[in-house]
Amino acid sequence: MKIYLELFYTFFKIGLFTFGGGWAMISIIQREIVEHHRWIAKEDFLDLLAIAQSMPGILAVNISTVVGDRLRGVKGSVAAALGTILPSFIIILLIAIYLTPDAIKNNEVLTRIFKGIRPAVVALIIAPVITTARSAGITWKTVIIPVAVALLIYSGWPVISNPIVFIVLGAVVGYLVYTHRSIPTKS
Amino acid sequence: METYLRLIWAYLKIGLFGFGGGYAMLSLIQSEIVGSSWCPQITNQTFTDIVAISQMTPGPIGINSATYIGYVATGGIWGSVLATFTVVLPPFVLVLCASHFISRHHDSALIQGAMKGLRPVVVGLIASAALLLMNGENFGYDVPDVVKSVAICCASLAVVLFTRLHPILIIIAAGVVGYFLF
Repeated sequence: MKIYLELFYTFFKIGLFTFGGGWAMISIIQREIVEHHRWIAKEDFLDLLAIAQSMPGILAVNISTVVGDRLRGVKGSVAAALGTILPSFIIILLIAIYLTPDAIKNNEVLTRIFKGIRPAVVALIIAPVITTARSAGITWKTVIIPVAVALLIYSGWPVISNPIVFIVLGAVVGYLVYTHRSIPTKS
Repeated sequence: METYLRLIWAYLKIGLFGFGGGYAMLSLIQSEIVGSSWCPQITNQTFTDIVAISQMTPGPIGINSATYIGYVATGGIWGSVLATFTVVLPPFVLVLCASHFISRHHDSALIQGAMKGLRPVVVGLIASAALLLMNGENFGYDVPDVVKSVAICCASLAVVLFTRLHPILIIIAAGVVGYFLF
């Protein structure tokens, strides 16, 4: 029983004190799991991270799921995932109850503050377009793919403006191209 | 009742196809929830506000926004519980299956290939999320408001790209500037 509580508590702490999720959270999870608790060796952690990364969903929840599973099976993964999710859930719920869309609209000060915040949020979403394009190795030749995807989704046309279409297409095409290249030709 | 079922269905899809991190997931949330007929409460503007608050509070943006959107969409705690639960359920099951059944040598070519193909798509998804939010709801409708908003957007972008300032500080600064500018 103790290990379940410890798993839950460890991930609860990480969820409570890490802003932004993603990689910021991964480095703290690694420090807690590998260095502090010594639950998992570093090489094993990197293997688990590879699995967590290759699956859809929220990276921090995925990594807590595999870590919990490796330590104590499905029950362990439930404890770890719940620990990661719960702080966010509680904090946001408390905010959502009071800061409703109408509460912002009906308050002159909040209205002005949010008018300033909204364009900044758009900037915070533009920035990762540039950084992920760099890390994905997008060149002037391949830039057509993200541009086409963005414009088609933006167009709002039926079916082809659905992001899911492009996610499935990207995965299938990537798989075909990659396996085709790695099959040795018999000649 | 219909809203709850729609919300569950939307978040199951968002969880199942949510590749590429929180920002790419925004694109799925826009397509499945924002501006849909069953959920008129979540406008582009409200969605942007929710993203801002999700970034300023601890935890992953995917969880924060699901809890918030669930509450606004249904007007109750059960919406939060269901949205948060359903966005993590498909990946939870997939991750458990993957860690038990994926043989490293046999299946890794499939996954690596798919991941490589997804990379340029993810860039497009995030770009579409940004494009869809560049409208009157977020930038204002009359010329002075639009000019001020574009200035805040450009300044914020420069700060994000060229300094290591934390996004939370940028949002707070933009809020202060907004208070005095508008």
